[in-house]
Formats: sequence, C-alpha cells, structure tokens
Amino acid sequence: MNDGQGAPTADRTTARDPSRFEDRFAARATGIKSSAMRDLMSLTERPEIISLAGGLPDTDCFPDEIFCEVWEAVATKYKASSLQYGPTEGLLELRQYICEIMRSEGAIAQPDEILVTAGGQQAIALAIGAFIDPGDIVIAEGPTYPGAVPTLTTNQAQVIHIPLDANGMSIDSLEEHLDRLDSQGRQPKLIYTIPNFHNPGGVTMSLERRHQLVALAAERDILIVEDNPYGAIRFEGDALPSLYELDAGAGGVVYLSTFSKILSPGVRIGWVAAPALILRKMNLGKQAIDLCSSTLGQRFIIEYLRRHDWRQHVGRLNIIYSSRRDAMLAALSNEFPAEATWSHPRGGLFVWATLPEYLQTSELLARAIDRHQVAFVPGGAAFLDGQGQHSMRLNFSSSSEEKITEGVHRIGAAIEAMTALQRAFGGGV
Amino acid sequence: MSSPQRVAVLKGGQSLEREVSLRSAANVEAALRRLGHQVISVDADSSLVRTLRTERPDVVFVAIHGKGGEDGTVQEILEILNIPYTGSGVLACVRSMDKVVTKAIFTDAGIPTPPACAFGEDAFRELGAADALGEVQLRLGLPLVVKPAKQGSAIGITIARSPEDVPRGIMSALSYDNHVMLEQFIPGREIAVSVIGTADPVALPAVEAVFSGDFYDFESRYTPGMTELVAPADLSDALAAEVSRVALQCYQVMGFRGFGRIDMIIDADDQVWVLEINPIPGMTDTSLLPKAAQAAGLSFDDVIERVLGEAALGI
Ligand SMILES: Nc1ncnc2c1ncn2[C@@H]1O[C@H](COP(=O)(O)OP(=O)(O)OP(=O)(O)O)[C@@H](O)[C@H]1O
Ligand SMILES: Cc1ncc(COP(=O)(O)O)c(C=O)c1O
Repeated sequence: MNDGQGAPTADRTTARDPSRFEDRFAARATGIKSSAMRDLMSLTERPEIISLAGGLPDTDCFPDEIFCEVWEAVATKYKASSLQYGPTEGLLELRQYICEIMRSEGAIAQPDEILVTAGGQQAIALAIGAFIDPGDIVIAEGPTYPGAVPTLTTNQAQVIHIPLDANGMSIDSLEEHLDRLDSQGRQPKLIYTIPNFHNPGGVTMSLERRHQLVALAAERDILIVEDNPYGAIRFEGDALPSLYELDAGAGGVVYLSTFSKILSPGVRIGWVAAPALILRKMNLGKQAIDLCSSTLGQRFIIEYLRRHDWRQHVGRLNIIYSSRRDAMLAALSNEFPAEATWSHPRGGLFVWATLPEYLQTSELLARAIDRHQVAFVPGGAAFLDGQGQHSMRLNFSSSSEEKITEGVHRIGAAIEAMTALQRAFGGGV
Repeated sequence: MSSPQRVAVLKGGQSLEREVSLRSAANVEAALRRLGHQVISVDADSSLVRTLRTERPDVVFVAIHGKGGEDGTVQEILEILNIPYTGSGVLACVRSMDKVVTKAIFTDAGIPTPPACAFGEDAFRELGAADALGEVQLRLGLPLVVKPAKQGSAIGITIARSPEDVPRGIMSALSYDNHVMLEQFIPGREIAVSVIGTADPVALPAVEAVFSGDFYDFESRYTPGMTELVAPADLSDALAAEVSRVALQCYQVMGFRGFGRIDMIIDADDQVWVLEINPIPGMTDTSLLPKAAQAAGLSFDDVIERVLGEAALGI
C-alpha cells in the first residue's frame, strides 16, 4: 500500500508519450520486442499451476543445519570483509577451491586463470561481450540455452544453430556450415556449446565428438565457449572429459561453470576459466558492470567448501533428481502420443520433447495454462531463428514425482484435445 | 480536483493480458497519486474479496484486461461487496467480451460490422463443423480473419489467405478460447475511437494505428516504436464525424459507462466497419486511449480523474 501525497506533478503528458525515448534507445535495446509468449510465461507462477517450465534446482533439500552453520561461520569470522568490496577476479581462496573442483573433474587451471562471476549467466554475458560485435557469427546448438538467447540478441550476434542429436552437436553439420561460411570469406567468432546434459536438449556430447570438435575448432582457429553447469548432475554413466581438458592448455576453450546447480543459484556465483589474455578483457568487462561478485556469496561458498564435501550434497541431489527423471520419462511414455519423441537425459534438469508437426507448442502452452493448469517452456525460446515450434522443454528437478506425473498427464490431455481437432480437420492442418 | 479518496486499483488477474494489465495499472496508479488519492494496489488473485474487505476502499479502479476484468467477473464481485467501480457494469462487460454477442448486438442496431460466423470447439470435435468450412469460405471470401471469440490484444489471431490456412488458424484460435470466430477480412485503415463519460459520453479524436506487419498484432501494439499512432487521425471532417457518431452509437447500445474504446477499420470506400468495443481500454505507454486524450488536449491525469469521478454501481 502506498500513499503518494504531495508527489511531484512534473510534465504529465511527455512522461506518457511512447515515442519520447524512441530515437534514444541503443540499437541493441531495440532488438527486444514485446512478446505475447513472454507475457504468457508470467502466468506460470500461479499456485494452481503445475509448472514444469522453470529451471530451478531443488534448494529445499539443502540441509538446514549446514546452512545455519555456514552463515554463522561467515558472520563470526568475516563480518567486515564479507560486507566489503572484493577483487574483481574474485576472492583468491574461492578461486583456489574452483581449481580444485576443476582438477577433480580432470581439468587443470591456475587461480589466475579464473574469474569469479555473478552466476554462469554473467559468465556467458562476459564471454559474448568480450568477443562479439554486431553481426558477428556465433555457432550454437539448436536448441540452445534459452537464457543465452537474450544475451546473443542484445549483442546483435548472428547465430547459426547446429542440430543436436543423441550424441550432442552434429559435427558433420558444423563442418558443412563452416565450409559454406568459408566459401563466403566468413568465419564464426565463437562456438557456444553445452556438452553435458544440455539445457534444454537433455543430451550429452559423445567422447568422439568432443575430440572432433576440439580438433576442428583448433584447425579453423575458432574459439570454443564451453558452458558446463550440469557436469556434476550425473545420474548414471561415466564422466567425460571437458573440452577444456581436451584442449590441454592450448587456449582454444573458454570454460564456464557455476555453483548454481551443485549448491545454490541464490548465491549467484559462477566462474570463467580462460587463458590470462582473454580473462583480462573479461575482467574489464566485469569491472564495468558490477566491480565484483557478491563477497557475501563468495564467503558462503568458501566456508561451505571448507567444511563440507560438495560431492556429497550433489550425490543426494542426484538421487532425488534421477527418480524424478524416471517419473517424467514414465509419464511421457504413458501420456504422450506415439509420434512424439523425447530425450532420455542421464543427468541435468531437463527433458526436450518434440511433438507432431501439427502441434505448435506456443499454442499448446496457452491452452495448457488456461484449461489444464500446467506449464512448460515452448521450444521457440531456445532458438533465435524461429525453429523449435513443435518442441518443449520439461523440467524434472523442481517438482515432486507426483506433481511431475500429474503435470505430464495434464499436458497429455491438452495434446489430446488439439489432436482431436486436428483429426476433425481430416489431418489437413 | 475532487477530494482525495482511497482507491483500490485492481490489476493483473489470470488472463493472457496479465502483463499488459500490470503496465496499464502502473500508469493509472501513478496518475491517481499525482491527483492526491491514496492508492491501494491489488493484484487480483484468490484472496481478492478478503483483501477488499480488509482494505475498504472508497472506490475501485478496474485495470484488468481480458478474462476476469473485462468479462464482468470482478464487476459482479464489486456489486456484491457494494463498492463503486470505474467503467462499465456487469452486463456491458459480458456483452463486449464475447465478440459473437457484440456482433449480434451491433447488427441488430444497424451498426456496420464485418460478416462472420462462429463455432465452439465441440462443433468441430463432435458435429463435423470442419465439413462446413467450404461454405464459410464461400460466404466470407478469402482472406478471412480467424480469431478467438473472447480474447484481446490480438492474441491468437490469424489472417487466413488460403484455404489451408483456415484449419491452422482455427486450431490456433481455439488454443486461446473455446469459441472461434471467422470474419470477413476488411483491408483498410485501423482506427480507434475512445469515448469517455456516462450520461453525456464524448468521443475523443480518432487515432490511426499505422503498423508495418500483416495486422495490428501483439508485437506491434506493445513494442514502443513499432507502430505509429496518428492522433488525431488524418480524416476528412465528414469521416471524422462519422467515426465519432458510430463510436458513440456502439457505446450507448452496449450500455457502457465511464470509458471505452471502439476499434474500427475504414475501407478504401470510406465505409466504417466496427470490429469490437473494449470496456477496459489499454493504458500502457503505447496504448490508444492516452494518445487520443492527448490529441483532445486532455492529460492522462485528466482522463483518470474523470473516469474515477464516474465510478458507480449498477449491473
Ligand atoms: N475483419 C478484420 N479485417 C481486417 N483486420 C482485422 C479484422 N479483424 C481483426 N483484424 C486485425 O486484427 C487486430 C485485432 O482484432 P480485434 O480487435 O478483433 O482483436 P482483439 O484481440 O480483441 O483486440 P483488442 O485488444 O483491441 O481488444 C485488429 O486490430 C486488426 O488489425
Ligand atoms: C546452460 C546454462 N548456462 C548458464 C546458466 C546460468 O547459470 P546461473 O544460474 O549460475 O547464472 C544456466 C542456468 O539455467 C544454464 O542452464
């Protein structure tokens, strides 16, 4: 509630004039259009809606006593310094822990090759910002991370999507695109890829393709930006080496990761590992944006890592998530039409499902929210070129198995209603 | 300026135009504060009635578009709670929300509106209405406009240019409502006339929306700069008088109160066709009514004050 007595009454009419700021907006801001779909997504927050749309990790199962213990340690030992600014690159202790985490996964990096960021999202923004001028070509998987779409749009990147199959990005298709561009005298600035438990694709790049991709990028001198928030969220199978590891210090890969999926997205702490020369540019970019990542958040992570084994927490998460994944896959087999296909993720948070051509998932979403109280992310959100109209992303990490089963059932009912209509038109849709 | 009141601004709601409503309400609230009123901002959800009982506003400003706000639902609640509210009453809302009902009323009153026909989803699923699409096309011609019967902001609308587009458009429209209307396509200029007042309503200058795409779609409506709003619209005196006359006739025959907006198309022969009438016109930065008010020399705050002054009860 608000009482605005005596508020200033300056210039009423021009404040309302939509054209007032028009010719002043930056070119990169004008790329942001109003979209009915974006507005529609805001309805998914309603309590009666089962939302399989979000990408939220389960933070309920973070142990209460550990949370309190860690904050208490921060409070007693680091009051002043955690209330203070920190270095742009991040606290040294945290960077050392990050190197340890990476080493445990097979990748060698030194603390001075690490930049701590405000989540993986800022890591993406800094990487794109450091390299992309308007019109520059970026290679990305199709689908790609929906959260990278606005970053690519505002930087006015020209994005080429490379199809994704069960083994990750198609290297054959990538090579064809590179050849075609080469014949036009053009070359992408970078390849943005999510090799592990792709968001939203749900697939993991095979070892063979990892080798091929690193070799191909090196041969053509194209930088790889490897985004790896989900590597540790593995339910089965063996870990594969990261592209960063395979590049073996040759400087061809910028590696991005985050504590969001292994500990908490609320602390907003992620990182970049890159050759010092690249890191210097990104450091400048970060200075311009926020000077440093939250010192409180960094301290929380440091104190947590000092006292506890993050792998244990992730181990618990993975047990919960894998049952939820199973519930989702079972529900999909029961409820989705025979012509639908979907990924069978062995980790991560998402399933990517593709429906028959006559079903537009943006329309299905409107119906699903309004008449069936269930939501998902329509596939178009994962592309910059209008593809993905028949696909959807389903999240299994943030709902109980019962909710997942019921949610998929409801989506199935919405699909059935549209299929009945399609049949009524004799398939002529 | 009237004496300060406790005004509850109802906004948000559960419709697909929720975000549009939040943008409208933000402007309404700012204006009410500038006018010295005490603003209670209420996002309409399942605790709406309880909130209104606790807050006991003097009057409610309804700023919800689409389902809930424009279909008479919140108006019915406010009638029961005996709290005066801005804009039209329950019946006018019910009539205008459904394009099929509106069209019937306009046709009865001799107001020109494009020929159309409408079907429920069941008609296709259970009664084989799909087999009648040939006749529909013969009657209405191509292109034809396929739209949900109850929806706003041009959501779910398809301009079908070939016979194959029609079923696709119907599937799309039926995603947003369980009734679909197929309407003759009228090529021409997109004109909106806003009306304010109750006993002696006045039509504000017509506004023309000049857009670049196929039609005045969601993106063109709410992306600043995508559509040029010309106010007053460049019309001959006779035509300007005609659109005002038609707008007022629509407003009165529907029994509107407070304010409203009538959307029309003027075709190449200067014939005026009414598409629909809206009981809660958009108040966003890119909306038509604020633009019309400006052309009439009224500030946004003047409009809000007048609409608030006409708040009332009565079905
Ligand atoms: N019969 C028609 N001929 C030509 N264009 C049309 C026709 N019907 C609709 N349109 C186009 O589609 C747009 C939206 O149509 P309409 O006003 O019926 O829908 P709405 O969703 O209720 O919009 P609003 O938010 O204004 O209430 C119009 O502004 C116009 O551009
Ligand atoms: C592929 C990918 N990259 C980056 C991010 C952003 O991570 P953060 O929450 O740490 O900003 C996400 C989060 O969903 C993601 O899926």
